[in-house]
Amino acid sequence: METGVNYLLEFTYLIASILFVLGIKGLSHPETARRGMFLAEAGMAAAIIGTLFHRGIITYEWIAAGLIIGSIVGALMAIWVPMTAMPQRTALSHAFGAFAAALVGIAEYTLHGGLSMPGFTRGALGFEVMLGALTTTGSLIAAGKLQGVIRGTPVQFKGQQFLNLLLFGGMVGCFIYSVVNPTASLFFYAMVALGFFFGIMLVIPIGSADMPVVMSLLNSYAGLAAAATGFVLGNNVLIIAGTLDGFSGLILSILMCKAMNRSITNVLFGGFGAIIHAAGLDAVGEMREISLDDAAVRLAYASKVVFVPGYGLATAQAQHAVRELANALEERGVTVKYGIHPVAGRMPGHMNVLLAEANVPYGELYEMEQINPEFPSTDVAVVIGANDVVNPDARDNPDSPIAGMPILEVDKSKSVIVLKRGQGRGFSGLENPLFFKPVTSMLYGDAKASLSQLAQEVKNV
Amino acid sequence: MEAINPAVLIASLSVFVLAAFLGYQLISRVPPLLHTPLMSATNAISGISLIGSLVIAGMHKVDFHALMAGGAAAKPSIATLLGFVAVITATTNVVGGFGITDRMLKMFQQRKKGAKGESK
Repeated sequence: METGVNYLLEFTYLIASILFVLGIKGLSHPETARRGMFLAEAGMAAAIIGTLFHRGIITYEWIAAGLIIGSIVGALMAIWVPMTAMPQRTALSHAFGAFAAALVGIAEYTLHGGLSMPGFTRGALGFEVMLGALTTTGSLIAAGKLQGVIRGTPVQFKGQQFLNLLLFGGMVGCFIYSVVNPTASLFFYAMVALGFFFGIMLVIPIGSADMPVVMSLLNSYAGLAAAATGFVLGNNVLIIAGTLDGFSGLILSILMCKAMNRSITNVLFGGFGAIIHAAGLDAVGEMREISLDDAAVRLAYASKVVFVPGYGLATAQAQHAVRELANALEERGVTVKYGIHPVAGRMPGHMNVLLAEANVPYGELYEMEQINPEFPSTDVAVVIGANDVVNPDARDNPDSPIAGMPILEVDKSKSVIVLKRGQGRGFSGLENPLFFKPVTSMLYGDAKASLSQLAQEVKNV
Repeated sequence: MEAINPAVLIASLSVFVLAAFLGYQLISRVPPLLHTPLMSATNAISGISLIGSLVIAGMHKVDFHALMAGGAAAKPSIATLLGFVAVITATTNVVGGFGITDRMLKMFQQRKKGAKGESK
């Protein structure tokens, strides 16, 4: 009888794995994505319900309480989190996922101790707990930086690299020792503590502008921690789901690094924002300001306008105002497109989600490679709160800290309007020569207010 | 815990390697447009670690009446408590992750219908 239940459960897990794969396959196109997710949800429901009949479960009070609390918190998050806060929410969910993996690992350890496990299981368990612990705190720090609770600029101090190396060495040392010596539980718990601490130290020196890479990496770690849980429990659906998550994060990290022309080690240990001030590459010249009226006229009589959004769009919550202006322009027969840089914003795809929220058709959203050849035929490129991703220094100045980073070549269009809050530098602290080019005009002020006013003016032209 | 014999280990590794290849193929086809939903979707899916926490949270009998009365002998084991917290965080990820992914994907899907006229 018991084995019968077990086979049924294994079969349920197999079905769930297939549904997960189909769910991710659906994400290859916006029109099939939602249907795919319903399949994945069904798989998840089947796996959870099946597990509730597991013969090892003899009491349901804790389970029920946990499921209810978790569902309420999750549902509240799903309903109330605004799209602009998506990076923070995602970072938090990495923390939760990794924390769950770490806790399951620690619980397994307290239940069985090191001795009853074969060496390989001890290794997988240690790996799971170590990765889970550092991802938990690392993601919390990332979420704090994104939410603005913690200073977004890199926190650096003398001897930091050395301290981190020491922490890392200590953590891995404890890990190896506790795998080799099954009774060394003290080292196991020391590893847990060091893991939590190392996660903090790992993310603290990284600036907000590098968050797309960090988010992707933490995503990868959280997934791999879940996959390691699968090895410990000998559970295939956990291995499959965790691996899919882990590799998704890994692929995104590589894409993000390519889009910044930097290596992962450089992002993790470079402390980007801090170095650049020392480089002191100040562009010189004059910035030309443009009035709202003039900007509106220029836009209204253009035949092609390309909007280039950056993180400033999210902070100003200006996505609806952009759409408003785009509508006004389209009514006049102006062609409107959007150029999206892969690392615009704070996580992969951040800008696309914001613009989708404002009902921008996804057909108008163009990737960097698609939109770049179009700039020479563009009458006005409107840069909204983007800086480094349109910095021509990346292309022209081999000494620039961002040299070689692929950019949106807005400076090749016939004219550029840059919407900016003030005259300060971008998040990387880097001076942007685009602002001093003859084709460029600056429109200072809150992006949301400026865009709404522009929309009004365009209608009145 | 069942001791892992070599056959099971090889099977687990095979699953891992094949899932890695499959993941690479699947995820390379996801357009940058959907990278944010991809991240929250894979996150929700890896919330499947919930099934591990469920078993741990439910494996020890706890006398709740004695617990409420303050009986020291009735204290839940550390594993139960850890499992309980893991159930909460994993469930939050599953429910929140799928919920928010759907919210985003709905926005992307509406484009086409909106263009054809929502009022049909």
